[in-house]
Amino acid sequence: MSTIIEQNQSNIITDNGLFPSNEVMLDLKNLKKVYPTPKGDYVVLEDLNLQIRKEEFVTIIGHSGCGKTTMLSMIAGLNPISGGRISVLGKQIKGPGPDRGVIFQAPSLMPWMTALQNVLLGVNQVFPHATKAQRNDIAKYYLQKVGLEDAFNKRASDLSQGMQQRVGIARAFAIKPKVLLLDEPFGMLDSLTRGELQDILIEIWNKEKITAVMITHDVDEAIFLADRVVMMTSGPKAKIGDILDIEFERPRTRKSVLEHDDYYKYRKHLIDFLEH
Amino acid sequence: MKQSLTLGKVTKFIGLGFLSTIKDLFTGNIDKEDFKTLLRKTIVPLASILLFIGLWHMGAKALYNKEADFKIEKALTDQGQAAADAMEACIASGDVSCKPNTLPSPSQVWDSYKSLLRDHNIIAADKAAFKEKTAALNEKRVADGLDEITYTGRPSFVDQIFRSLKTVFAGFLLALLIAVPLGIFIGLSPTLKSAFNWFIQIFKPVSPVVWYLLVFMIVKTLLIDSNEDSSFTISFISVGLCSMWATLVNTAMGVSSVDKDYINVAKVLKLGSFQKIFKVVLPSSLPLIFTGLKITLSVAWMVLIAIELLAQSPGLGLFVWEEFQNGANDSNAKIIVAMFVIGIIGFLLDRLMLTIQNWVSFDKTDAI
Repeated sequence: MSTIIEQNQSNIITDNGLFPSNEVMLDLKNLKKVYPTPKGDYVVLEDLNLQIRKEEFVTIIGHSGCGKTTMLSMIAGLNPISGGRISVLGKQIKGPGPDRGVIFQAPSLMPWMTALQNVLLGVNQVFPHATKAQRNDIAKYYLQKVGLEDAFNKRASDLSQGMQQRVGIARAFAIKPKVLLLDEPFGMLDSLTRGELQDILIEIWNKEKITAVMITHDVDEAIFLADRVVMMTSGPKAKIGDILDIEFERPRTRKSVLEHDDYYKYRKHLIDFLEH
Repeated sequence: MKQSLTLGKVTKFIGLGFLSTIKDLFTGNIDKEDFKTLLRKTIVPLASILLFIGLWHMGAKALYNKEADFKIEKALTDQGQAAADAMEACIASGDVSCKPNTLPSPSQVWDSYKSLLRDHNIIAADKAAFKEKTAALNEKRVADGLDEITYTGRPSFVDQIFRSLKTVFAGFLLALLIAVPLGIFIGLSPTLKSAFNWFIQIFKPVSPVVWYLLVFMIVKTLLIDSNEDSSFTISFISVGLCSMWATLVNTAMGVSSVDKDYINVAKVLKLGSFQKIFKVVLPSSLPLIFTGLKITLSVAWMVLIAIELLAQSPGLGLFVWEEFQNGANDSNAKIIVAMFVIGIIGFLLDRLMLTIQNWVSFDKTDAI
């Protein structure tokens, strides 16, 4: 594998030494988050270290309230950090920006805009120098990719929850972010729709290979989508508990994953951790 | 996508959905459930209107008799039997000099309504004739750089209505132009919010009468050099200032309570402040802004009558006041006509706002 060769060739190793620095897309170092409360500080996260490589899909799993969402919103820049640092391609982040696209748990579309206008809102912002036709083409391309070619001009408020989240996916990919952050994007959907959207997400991701960090509660979803599953310990003072490498080949199909011998081994590993 | 515009959609849109049920009744496609709805929405209000008119009629009659009896009784004790008989005959004849002056009956009000319309037609004809007569002269005067000769006769009831509507719309526009931008700024900035909060809290409950006096003090001085009649200016400014508070408060609330998810999207996309306000904040607060505007318009219409009366500005308010002072035979009936006209126009203005709100707002379920 090329990664092994590169690791051998290069001596540029970061201080906590997991991966060579030129491979790292997202680097969380000694990350800390404290919420002040009347009864003293509440430490949500402490000493959290995590490196995510380029073109890697990482899922994060952990109990409710362990600080997964806090961590993700800190990476997005929507929540200030109390200590440590977050860098993208070696550069420390300053606030939110379109280099880190977010797919929220609620679709968060502007309900008064059409599907196309919602995607264009981001595209116009990121490609200000493109012509109007080019920007339209980009937005339409991604809406087609998520299967909404018939709904360009439908108002977001007229779309079903699942379709709204498809627009959310299109909007996030269309701005071509360096990192894609997904905060339980399918948590509010029924299992059938969820499966559909996982397929759409992984299909479009296979093509774009955007480094992705996704929070989920669903063990099967975590295995199906990820290169690595990061398990977080329960809060307060949550940190990384364990990391599981998922070595299924890509592109994957749901069937091949389910039928693979290692699938239940992975699943057991994750469930053992969560039930511990 | 093209949507067909049906009667049902249109009537529902303007809040008169029962009209389409009536249409269904005539075209024959109606089931039992619809029929029940139809009954509830048309027959029941109709019956209650009839009941109301009936009670009014009886009440007016009772008041009339009470005052008539009192007059006869008084004539009897003061001047004796002959005077009492004369009074009774006089009242029975319906003579103006002795007729009891009390709540008019529905039929009297209806007669007054018709007489007001007749009066309007006469005045309108008069005006048209005047215009025709002076057309050539006016042309010449304009060519010579002189002012045109305008009709200065008494305004009709219908003219008063339009004058009132003009005042209310001018006031509403003023309220809109002040309250919406100010509300947006207050909603966006906590600093401005605390700067303006005392101002809003203190001035919101001030009575229309006081607003009028305040505006009067200021405008009178500002227009001291002008010979023009300032009553219109004073009344529309007072109406605007009285009624703008609901819009101001609602706009500020709408703007400051935009869904956090939308704000996060705007942050992630790094929208500039202009884009953020016009693409995210304003559209999402439109339902609340419109609720405010709806209240503003109905308050404007309500205070207008009192303010026109004070400002001696022509319109329905002045009409009511003049009729009251006039004390003619049918003055009371005319006042009641004006009351109904005011009520019905108020209702129509509310419907108008609702229609506009449905038109521009994304949140169709919110509109009541």
